[in-house]
Amino acid sequence: METIDKTDKMDRVFQRPEALTKATTHYCPGCGHGVAHRLIAEVLDELGIREQTVGVAPVGCSVLMYNYMNIDMLEAAHGRAPAVATGFKRARPDLTVFCYQGDGDLAAIGMGETIAAAARGEKICVIFVNNATYGMTGGQMAPTTLVGQKTSTSAQGRMSERCGFPIKVAEMLSVLDGPQYIARVSVSSAKYIARAKQAIKKAFEVQQLDLGYSLVEVLSPCPTDWHMTPQQAVNWLEENMLPYYPLGEFKVQGV
Amino acid sequence: MEKLFMTGNEAIAEAAIRSGCLYYFGYPITPQNEIPEYMSTRLPELGGAFLQAESEIAAIYMVYGAAGAGMRVMSSSSSPGISLKQEGLSYIAAAELPCVIVNMMRGGPGLGGIQPSQSDYFQATKGGGHGDYHLFVLAPSTVQEAVSLTGDAFDIADKYRTPVMILGDGIIGQMMEPVEFEQRPRSKEYDKSWALSGAKGRPRNVIKTLYLDPQKLEQHNLKLQDKYQKMKEDVRIEHYLCDDAEIVIAAYGTVARIAKTAVQILRDKGIKVGLLRPITLYPFPYDHFQEIAERIRKVLVVEMSLGQMVEDVKLAVNGKAEVAFYGRTGGIVPSYEEIAAELEKQLF
Ligand SMILES: Cc1ncc(C[n+]2csc(CCOP(=O)(O)OP(=O)(O)O)c2C)c(N)n1
Ligand code: SF4
Repeated sequence: METIDKTDKMDRVFQRPEALTKATTHYCPGCGHGVAHRLIAEVLDELGIREQTVGVAPVGCSVLMYNYMNIDMLEAAHGRAPAVATGFKRARPDLTVFCYQGDGDLAAIGMGETIAAAARGEKICVIFVNNATYGMTGGQMAPTTLVGQKTSTSAQGRMSERCGFPIKVAEMLSVLDGPQYIARVSVSSAKYIARAKQAIKKAFEVQQLDLGYSLVEVLSPCPTDWHMTPQQAVNWLEENMLPYYPLGEFKVQGV
Repeated sequence: MEKLFMTGNEAIAEAAIRSGCLYYFGYPITPQNEIPEYMSTRLPELGGAFLQAESEIAAIYMVYGAAGAGMRVMSSSSSPGISLKQEGLSYIAAAELPCVIVNMMRGGPGLGGIQPSQSDYFQATKGGGHGDYHLFVLAPSTVQEAVSLTGDAFDIADKYRTPVMILGDGIIGQMMEPVEFEQRPRSKEYDKSWALSGAKGRPRNVIKTLYLDPQKLEQHNLKLQDKYQKMKEDVRIEHYLCDDAEIVIAAYGTVARIAKTAVQILRDKGIKVGLLRPITLYPFPYDHFQEIAERIRKVLVVEMSLGQMVEDVKLAVNGKAEVAFYGRTGGIVPSYEEIAAELEKQLF
C-alpha cells in the first residue's frame, strides 16, 4: 500500500507538543495568548521538563490556561501569581516554576508582587503578555495602554495629563539586580515568533541553571477589545506598540 | 518533661515546627513579631524556608503556593494585616488547601492600637473574605494551650483540607510562661495526592477556584458546606464549675482566663457561677450553650470587643435564658474584679 509507505518515510514536522492538551482554546481569532501558550509548551518539551514544571495561571483572559497546558498548574488571584509561584518554588526548589500574566494582572494590581519577586531574584520565570488592554473585562485601560489609545475607560484616547504614561515593564525591571534575564518579544507575526520562542527558552534555561528571576514580555494582539480584524490588530501592534515597546534583550546574565 | 520559659508567640512557632511546619511567610506587625523572628532562624536550619514577604497579601499567596505543593505551612499577623489576607483566605478555602494562620488581635478599627483586643471575632468566624466559606478557628487562653492547639491546628487543616486560624491577642502572644512540648505522636499521613509536584506518570493536577458554570459552583459550595457540618465533630469547649451553676460567664481566650479568677472569687462568696469557654469559635459550640441554657438563669458574655461572640451565644440560647454582655475595647483588658462586680450586678 503505497500511501502508508509514504507516510512512514515522511518526517513529522508539525505536531501538538506534549505539554499542550487536546482542548480547543476559547481565545478569539487572532489573539496572541494561544501562540504564547504553544511557545511555552514547545520549550517545555524541548527542554524535557514538562513533568518537572508547575505553572501559575493569572486572572485575565488566560485564566483557563490550565485547561490547555498538560502540566500541573495553580490558579492565582488577580495579580498574585508571583507570590504564589514564590511560595511554591520555596517549598519545591527542585521543580521549574513559571507565572503567566497579563498586563492588568502584572503591571496594575500585581505590580508590588512583581517588583518584589524580581528584586529578590526569585527563581521563577514570568511570561508577561502585554496586549495594552484589559481583555477579560471588556477592554478597559491598562497600565500599558498607549497614550492616545482608545479603550472603554478612555473613550477619547488615553490622556497623559490624566492617566500618565504606559509602563515599560521590561526596561523598568532590568535596572534591578535580582533579574538574570529580561527580554521583550512579539507574537504578532511569524518573523517575530521564532525569536519569541528563543527568549522564552532562555528564560527557562536561566531557571534550569538556578541563576534567578527571568521575565519575557510578549507583545500580543487583542483584536476583540481593540475592535479590529486580526490582520488590522497585527498591523496596529507593529505600527504603534513596537516603537514604544522596543523588542530585544534588556538583561542577559549567564545564558 | 522539660519546661521552657517562652512567649506565646515563640511557643506557637516552636509548636508549629514540631508539628512538621517547615515553611513560613509573613510581614512584620506588632504584637506577633516574635513568630517571624523565631521562624527566620529556625526554619533555614531545618531545611525549610522563611520569607519576609512584601505585604500580608503576598504572604498569604505564598502560603497558597506552598500549601499547593502539599507542605505544612503557616503565616501570622495581627488585625490590620489579617484584613489584608482576607482575599487570600477566601481563595485558600475555595481551593481546599490546608494551612495555619495566627491572628494576634489588636485594637481596631483602622490602625487602632497595639494593645490586646478581641474585635476580629466576626471576621474570623463568619468568613471574613468573600463567598460562602469558613475558617476553623481555635482560641487558646494560655501559652501551654496555644502550644497544643497549634499542633491540633495542623492536623485539622490536613483532615479537612481547610485553612485554620489560631485566634489570640497581644497578651497570649507576648506573655511569658513555662511550657512543655509533648512529643506529639507523628500525625497520621494525610492523603496529598491532590498536591502539585510536576505531572510525572499521572494526569496533571490543577488547583483552582474558578467555576464559571453556576451548577458546578453550587456543587462546589455544597461540598464545602458539608465539610463545615462535619467539622462539628471537632467542637471544643471548657465547662468550669457549670454543674450546679445558676449563672455562667461565657468568654474565650485571654478574657476567659481572667474570668476564671472572677468565678473563683464569686464562688468563695457563695455565688453559684460557672464559666463556659469556647475553644473552637468556628464551629461554635452551639449545642453546649443550648443544653446549659435549659438549667441556668443567665449568661454573662464578656469580651474585649463591643459584642461579637455574644451574637452566637444569643443564637444558641435562643431565649431560654437571659443573655447579658460586658465588654471593654480599644486595647483595655478587663480585670477580674471588674468582671466579678459586673456579674454581681447581673444577679438581680
Ligand atoms: C481583585 C480583582 N479585581 C478585579 C478583577 C476583574 N478582572 C478580571 S481580569 C482583569 C484584567 C485582565 O486584564 P489583563 O491582566 O491585562 O489580561 P488579559 O485579559 O488582557 O489577558 C480584571 C480587572 C478580579 N478578577 N479580581
Ligand atoms: S479579548 Fe483579547 S485577550 Fe481576550 S481572548 Fe479575545 S483577543 Fe484574546
